[in-house]
Amino acid sequence: MTASTGPDTPITPLGITSATWLVADREIRMRLRSKAFLISTAILVLAVLASVVIGGIMSRNTELPQVAAVGAAIEVAEQTGALDVTVAESGEEAEQLVRDGEVEAAIVPADSPTGIQILALDEAPLTVVQFLSVSPEVVLLEETEGPDGFLIYLVSLGFGIVFLMSALTFGMAIAQSVVEEKQTRIVEILLATVSVRALLAGKVIGNSILALGQIVIIIGAAGIGMLASGQDILLADVGPSLVWFVVFFMFGFVLLASLFAAAAALVSRQEDMGVTTTPIMYLVMIPYFLVIFFNDNPLVLGIMSYVPFSAPVGMPMRIFLGWAEWWEPLLSLGILIASTLLIIGVGSRIYENGLLRMGARVKLKEALKG
Amino acid sequence: MLELDSVSRSFGERRVLHDVSFTVARGRMTGFVGGNGAGKTTTMRVMMGVLAPDSGRVTLDGSPISTQARTRFGYMPEERGLYPKMKVAEQITYLGRLHGLSTERAKANTDALLERLGLGERSGDTVESLSLGNQQRAQIAAALVHEPEVLILDEPFSGLDPLAVEVVLGVLKDHAAKGAPVLFSSHQLDIVERLCDDLVVIADGTIRASGSREGLREQHSGNRHELQVAGDLGWLRDEPGVEVLEFDGGYAVFDCDSQETTQRVLRSAIAAGPVLAFTPKHPSLSQIFKEVIQ
Repeated sequence: MTASTGPDTPITPLGITSATWLVADREIRMRLRSKAFLISTAILVLAVLASVVIGGIMSRNTELPQVAAVGAAIEVAEQTGALDVTVAESGEEAEQLVRDGEVEAAIVPADSPTGIQILALDEAPLTVVQFLSVSPEVVLLEETEGPDGFLIYLVSLGFGIVFLMSALTFGMAIAQSVVEEKQTRIVEILLATVSVRALLAGKVIGNSILALGQIVIIIGAAGIGMLASGQDILLADVGPSLVWFVVFFMFGFVLLASLFAAAAALVSRQEDMGVTTTPIMYLVMIPYFLVIFFNDNPLVLGIMSYVPFSAPVGMPMRIFLGWAEWWEPLLSLGILIASTLLIIGVGSRIYENGLLRMGARVKLKEALKG
Repeated sequence: MLELDSVSRSFGERRVLHDVSFTVARGRMTGFVGGNGAGKTTTMRVMMGVLAPDSGRVTLDGSPISTQARTRFGYMPEERGLYPKMKVAEQITYLGRLHGLSTERAKANTDALLERLGLGERSGDTVESLSLGNQQRAQIAAALVHEPEVLILDEPFSGLDPLAVEVVLGVLKDHAAKGAPVLFSSHQLDIVERLCDDLVVIADGTIRASGSREGLREQHSGNRHELQVAGDLGWLRDEPGVEVLEFDGGYAVFDCDSQETTQRVLRSAIAAGPVLAFTPKHPSLSQIFKEVIQ
């Protein structure tokens, strides 16, 4: 037996930092042991990866229409640079390729003003026609920069879903862990050992680390998916907003986590938890719906990006759209951090006062008074 | 020595503890008895610092108990609680570490305790899969894993089979022998009577009696004796100053108004024939209990 483990070594109580880490360590361990958690994370990651990769492959496949070309028409077809040209020996062979469905259309030399003729089955191949037509030059008077509508929708949906899923999963995990300790009364043993603050901080930190880890894995999967499927340009567009999303999420989640812990401390049984956690669920769900429905509305997004509960979704969205000045994320982050500190203060008070009151639901007013 | 000095505590309008004072001496097992709702659990929560008293104080060896000193207490709350989904050994080790033990020492203590409490084979099972009696043993291990210097146990014996009671008792006596003040509550008076050195009786939030078990017995024994003779004891009923409580031919239990009366009865008995037994009769704990809580 070494000196540090000998029975005569005096036992010194843990400091608040070690106690907090020990609590956080247990939260993480127990969560990672849950099969449901591991499986749902794996499914989420695979879904994100699959949608990015499949989206990339599909958009590439539709790029080049396949055509057959003969003689002088070969040069014309290849000049467009937008057609997948199959060289045919004769007009008949080209026509057969169309009939067999090998190509969308055949381009053959003709005595028309354009010098070519397009053969197709039963429908004019509009894309092919478009590439072979001479279009007048178009000058846009108002320059629009940034991503197109569908991409905006996808990105807003992505931010919304990831925020909603992570905040709810880990928020409810904290709430359950608080009620479990109250319900089994182990909280009495814990409080005789560690301070209320260490207990709360440990829970919030443990679950925040897990939530952040999950977010980083998901975003990493999305990034790798984009690179692997050759969508580097998309990654360059989305990249900065992804990084801001992680930063905002980190603080936004701590804020929500404190609220969940406080709400759960007001009840003594899992069955009663719904009553006190529902208002917080709304706080998580409202930003999700707003960002999807108003992803092109500067006013709504502007407000969202400064309200602490929706900033983790609203601000990265505006950064992605190129609507935010460089200082705006910093200001919004400042507001978020300040409100997080405030909520931690109020939340830990409610938590502390609610923790040892068993039985009926504790009224919020009583918990605040102490 | 652990001491409560005029501790009072109310919940809203209801006064649960009223001027509660008693001591728990080092190296002694102190039983804490009282009816349901008498204030036992509240008293223990105040001692553990889980509840703050409205007035009065709790001291250990004369000084107020700091949060740090309290981590050296072993506590078993009335409402049993361990994490249902954690493995037995894992969570007892965890609680040991929360109390400041190194991981190795917490593990070693956990293994030794579980072995001694007969839970060695179940150490890898989750708490929820244990029977109630075994959960109870795990709870005792949880209270003892950090080598506590003071023990406060709320109903440690409830739900245990007689063998387990002996094992737990042995563990608690070891702690007392090392000089720890040990306080345990129970409403099983026969167990308390057998196990404790000292006794504290609480009713309606006030202490009705406290002191050593023998002292309390003598204090409440009055002058009651049991007499067994070969012949008949019919004459006893006519002795002045004697009240016969039980009578059956040559056997009687009776109270005397003084020592002189007792001696006179004994002399008369010897004069009448062979005396088989003559013993002072101490009241049982439950008799004392009934008497003091009235």
